Amino acid sequence: MLKDITLGQYYPVESPVHRLDPRVKILLTIAFIVGVFLVKSLLGFLPVIVFIVLAAYASHLPLKLLAKGLKPLRFILIFTFLLNLFFSPGDTVLVHVWRIQITLEGLLTALRFSARLIFLVTGASLLTLTTPPVVLTDGLERLLSPFAKIGFPAHELAMMMTIALRFIPTLLEEADKIMKAQMARGADFESGNIIQRAKAMVPLLVPLFISAFRRAGDLAMAMEARCYHGGEGRTRLRILKLTRADAVATLITAAMIALVAVIG
Amino acid sequence: MPIKIEHLSHVYQPGSPFQSDALQDIDFTIEDGELLALIGHTGSGKSTLAQHLNGLLTPTSGRVLVDGEDINQKGANRRALRQRVGLLFQYAEYQLFEETVYKDIAFGPKNQGLTGDELDARVREAFARVHLPEDALQKSPFDLSGGQMRRVALAGVIAMHPRVLVLDEPIAGLDPRGRDELTEIINELHQDGVTMVIISHNMDDVARIATRAAVLHKGRLAMLGTPREIFSRGDELAAMGLDVPQTVQLCQALRAGGMDVPDCLTNEELCDAICRALGKEAAIHA
Repeated sequence: MLKDITLGQYYPVESPVHRLDPRVKILLTIAFIVGVFLVKSLLGFLPVIVFIVLAAYASHLPLKLLAKGLKPLRFILIFTFLLNLFFSPGDTVLVHVWRIQITLEGLLTALRFSARLIFLVTGASLLTLTTPPVVLTDGLERLLSPFAKIGFPAHELAMMMTIALRFIPTLLEEADKIMKAQMARGADFESGNIIQRAKAMVPLLVPLFISAFRRAGDLAMAMEARCYHGGEGRTRLRILKLTRADAVATLITAAMIALVAVIG
Repeated sequence: MPIKIEHLSHVYQPGSPFQSDALQDIDFTIEDGELLALIGHTGSGKSTLAQHLNGLLTPTSGRVLVDGEDINQKGANRRALRQRVGLLFQYAEYQLFEETVYKDIAFGPKNQGLTGDELDARVREAFARVHLPEDALQKSPFDLSGGQMRRVALAGVIAMHPRVLVLDEPIAGLDPRGRDELTEIINELHQDGVTMVIISHNMDDVARIATRAAVLHKGRLAMLGTPREIFSRGDELAAMGLDVPQTVQLCQALRAGGMDVPDCLTNEELCDAICRALGKEAAIHA
């Protein structure tokens, strides 16, 4: 019921990609996104496809899992495709029915935009599937730490993200439990119109909010009891180090972007 | 209304790296009017089994028959089933949500379609069963203590008039007094003919109130029998990380010290046994 959310869900296997430095992975994902935006023709997607398949293979991820991450986007994808298909200007008319016409240029644009969306999401999922959330925020904090000098709250942001991520499964589990408890008392979350359904959520939301506040209070207390005072002077258990694998990954990504730029 | 569990297995998240066998080939029947204790270590599958009894979870394989009817077959009325088999979750105090205790207890019977006087009677009857101070009925549930809130949650399930009541760790985390009060409520319900299934870690309570006990270990049914039968197999229980009640522990210690006492489950029984053993010794010395 509440278990079908893949975005941000870590897939725990051993692989070279899992072992990469999170900082490198974040930067490479950004580079990958830039690369996807550089693509101008359908042929330009070839290096991108090769890169994604290669990366998925090296991460020991089933391609099915990546495809599953696209499922929530299916409506946006279809919408984008249709919009571009029908409303792109072009000269080579393929189909003409009444006032609607499909042109070759429109079809190509539609395909390109859909492919761009698909690869953007798969690229981002690759990062979150191969990196535990806590490691991810750790990497993010380190990347942003230079900006702390000009007053950017890098540590605080990372800490907030870590805590939020840490509590998503906890609260999901809690929501599941409360839902079941109310279902055991005859509550019905699945039928009725929108207003009835919204009303049916009250017995779920009230206990969930109360529990979230209680947990927040407890956590703040526990952190203070252990002398938490922000990021200043804090040492680390895991120190990030760049390795040869990180260099290889960077080179492969650079090659992909170069190819895309050449093909256009 | 017996609940027959036939070769029940349950796998969490099959086909993913998180896959875990929660229950394997569970097969036994919960008889009418009994007070069955479900015991087992954390993660042994007790709560998973409990959620199969009223159809909140669907078995991966096997069947659950309530009154001879497969509750997971197509067209089975889940809501009607949940009226007959009530389930109180662990730490049930966190499921309360209404403005007043009255309204919260009324939530279940209201979902059953009751209104007016009938609803009012149900709420008041259920409230009376959980021994709370009279003025609590119109209070906000969040003004009550944790133990009292749990009893309100119990009343919310009782108000649906279930024939079988499944309680998941009903006394965990309560102080000794709250524990005694809740045990009394459970006993009263059982005496009124409600079939009870109680999940518990506390072997002393199992010894005191259960008519039968089932031990789960790593998702399998390891033992089934009267508390006396089960606690006589203390070594096997210890191997599963479970204790025997303090009374039985004391009997074992006394026997090791040379006193002739059988395993006792209640304090009264233990007193008698010790007196008899001492009486015998006194007779020998005389």
